[in-house]
Amino acid sequence: MGSSTSHGAAPPPPAPTRDVRPLRMRVNPFLDIDQYDPEADLMALNMGPQHPSTHGVFRIKLFIDGEVVVKAVPYPGYLHRGVEKLCEKLTFAQLVPIVDKHDYVAPMTNEQAIVRVVEEALKIEVPRRARVLRTILAELQRIASHLLWLGTFTLDIGGTIGGGASVMMYTFRERELILDLFEMLTGARFHYNTHTPGGNRHDVPVGWPERVKKVCDVIAARLPEYTAACTDNDVFDLRSRGVGVIDAATALELGLSGPNLRASGVDHDLRRDAPYHAYDEVGVNVAVATDGDCWARYIVRMAEMEESLRIVRLLIDDIPQGPITALKPVKLHTQIKVPAGQHYAAIDTPRGELGTYLIGGGAEKGAAAFRLKIRPPSLHAMAALPWILPGNTVSDVVAILGSLDPIMGEVDR
Amino acid sequence: MTLLSNPWIHGLVVGTPVLLVFLAASALASWWERKFAGRMQNRLGPTIVGPFGILQPFADALKMMQKEDIVPRAADRALFNLAPVFPLALALAVLAVVPFGGSWAGDEWSSALVVADLDIGVIWVLAVSGLMVFPTWMAGWASSNKYTLLAGMRSVAQGVSYEIPLVLAAMVPVVATGELSLSGIVAWQAEHGWLVFWPPGPGLFAFVIFFMASLAEANRIPFDIPEAESELVAGVLVEYTGLKFGLFMLAEYTHTIAASVIASVLFLGGAHGPMPEIFGPMWLVLKASTLFVIIYWIRWSWYRFRSDQLMDLCWRYLVPITLVLVMITAIMRGFLPGGAS
Repeated sequence: MGSSTSHGAAPPPPAPTRDVRPLRMRVNPFLDIDQYDPEADLMALNMGPQHPSTHGVFRIKLFIDGEVVVKAVPYPGYLHRGVEKLCEKLTFAQLVPIVDKHDYVAPMTNEQAIVRVVEEALKIEVPRRARVLRTILAELQRIASHLLWLGTFTLDIGGTIGGGASVMMYTFRERELILDLFEMLTGARFHYNTHTPGGNRHDVPVGWPERVKKVCDVIAARLPEYTAACTDNDVFDLRSRGVGVIDAATALELGLSGPNLRASGVDHDLRRDAPYHAYDEVGVNVAVATDGDCWARYIVRMAEMEESLRIVRLLIDDIPQGPITALKPVKLHTQIKVPAGQHYAAIDTPRGELGTYLIGGGAEKGAAAFRLKIRPPSLHAMAALPWILPGNTVSDVVAILGSLDPIMGEVDR
Repeated sequence: MTLLSNPWIHGLVVGTPVLLVFLAASALASWWERKFAGRMQNRLGPTIVGPFGILQPFADALKMMQKEDIVPRAADRALFNLAPVFPLALALAVLAVVPFGGSWAGDEWSSALVVADLDIGVIWVLAVSGLMVFPTWMAGWASSNKYTLLAGMRSVAQGVSYEIPLVLAAMVPVVATGELSLSGIVAWQAEHGWLVFWPPGPGLFAFVIFFMASLAEANRIPFDIPEAESELVAGVLVEYTGLKFGLFMLAEYTHTIAASVIASVLFLGGAHGPMPEIFGPMWLVLKASTLFVIIYWIRWSWYRFRSDQLMDLCWRYLVPITLVLVMITAIMRGFLPGGAS
């Protein structure tokens, strides 16, 4: 407690300029509450959990001076469902439909993350057909997720009754096409349960690759429409350029990943740097921007959609023949046992690096995990908020929050 | 004729239809906007209630009447209940001085289609629309909610700022024509050409700026930061339910319609058109509808400014430009046909 601070002359509120020192040298927004003068004329504005623009049930407490945020304290946890604890009871095949629900915008990549850690632990060689199919699914999911992100981001800066709503309707139209593809493959539009340790549950249906190609053509034709609606719009430019800047050092220190990290100028992508699935066969051109603002995050995601289209088109033509799973089906549900030991696998989801840390040997000798920790990229993105929000106006809070692409199911698990 | 020359009876006889027509038009406008937005966004818009969903506004009104009327415990009851009345009243009051038609042969002005042909019509219009910040601020303050308070503050800042380019842009027609009454301005335009084309240059720019400032006054995108629902939930309307909310919404449409009508009267010749004078109201409706469509077209395709960017635009660009425009118009006036006194 800073009791020695004199309460006579009120010190001026912290300057709204961006602090570029390493995090440990800055005022910790969580702990050093007394650094802020209690007598300064600040208004506490509680944003969320019931708020139209907090992407679900995120809650953030803003201390504002006029309209300028002086301090922001996020309170995640309103969507906590105890997934990690649940994972200590269920068998590994049963985990897949559970993790479908934690990042409810990109379930495909969630499944792949949890399946991959089991495969790594058991040293299962996944057949090439399944690896190629997983790559296609992951990239289609990336497009669908980024489309949803673009729609909600424009909603945040354009209004639910306004231009943003129009862009959202367009992006959801294209996202539907991808969900239709997933439905054709798995029978479900959203919670697919299509991956299992060792391979995939659903094989490619007749006519699916042709349909994927058609959808790719449609989306490739419509991406320029989004560019016209966003990049070419001056107000979009004004609202996103220079807003919510995260420099590379801060981004690394906070553990940002995925498009948020690449927008800050760090050239890091697990798809290229630690290839999994079939990424080593196709190669990934990683989109990087240097500004670290909302605009850069938008540009990176737009470029990633184009890159995903390229990867899907490259792979869809010759999906290799062969088995779709390495294990005999009867073995899948009951007999996968992970012995004691630590295992970690990470993949690059649309939101960033989704890591799964598994200690085997739980629930009667390895039938379930002893401990399973999910490292969600959204949580780390949310951790950036208290550092970058101060100095911005309330309007920009929602823009910055939206630009980080948080999914609360993943933050809270 | 003698009966109609009594201003009270004249006001009643002309004012009642104007009131009813514009209230109906506001209701229709909400249906039209939803249909328009739906078509823009690959949706259908309302389709269930009546043919093409045209009865949707009435269904909405019925729904709002059934809603529970909630006044927050901490609210200032009197102000809170009073605030919804004013926006609609003020928006309709603006229309009182608008000439919806008539004859402009020489100086024989027939004021049959004006509720009150004030000599200072322009000042009336600007003054009444300037009052619009009060109900918004009343609602924002009386709700005793932080979001409405922020919205109210933004609204006052925006309303007061944009008042200035609005007034200055409206001064261009006044200076060019030497008239302060709207019917006089229309008569001048019938004789010398519409102000958007004549005087060449200032007229067009003044029209564009007047239109922009009207958007800001009517809280339309890209200037709708007082009700920026992405950050302020619903702006000043957060705590309002039922009919009070409905009144605000209706007033929004009426205000937008009034803004389009005033802009077309000041700059687009009002009821003046090529056909006989009996078609005057039709021309005014056509012009105002075109502007109305443009407003909603902008609304559904643009994003929202931030409040500081909004102020920047106003004080650093619009105000100086309009000042220059008024000066240029004043200089040009000496050379305009029919301009010099």
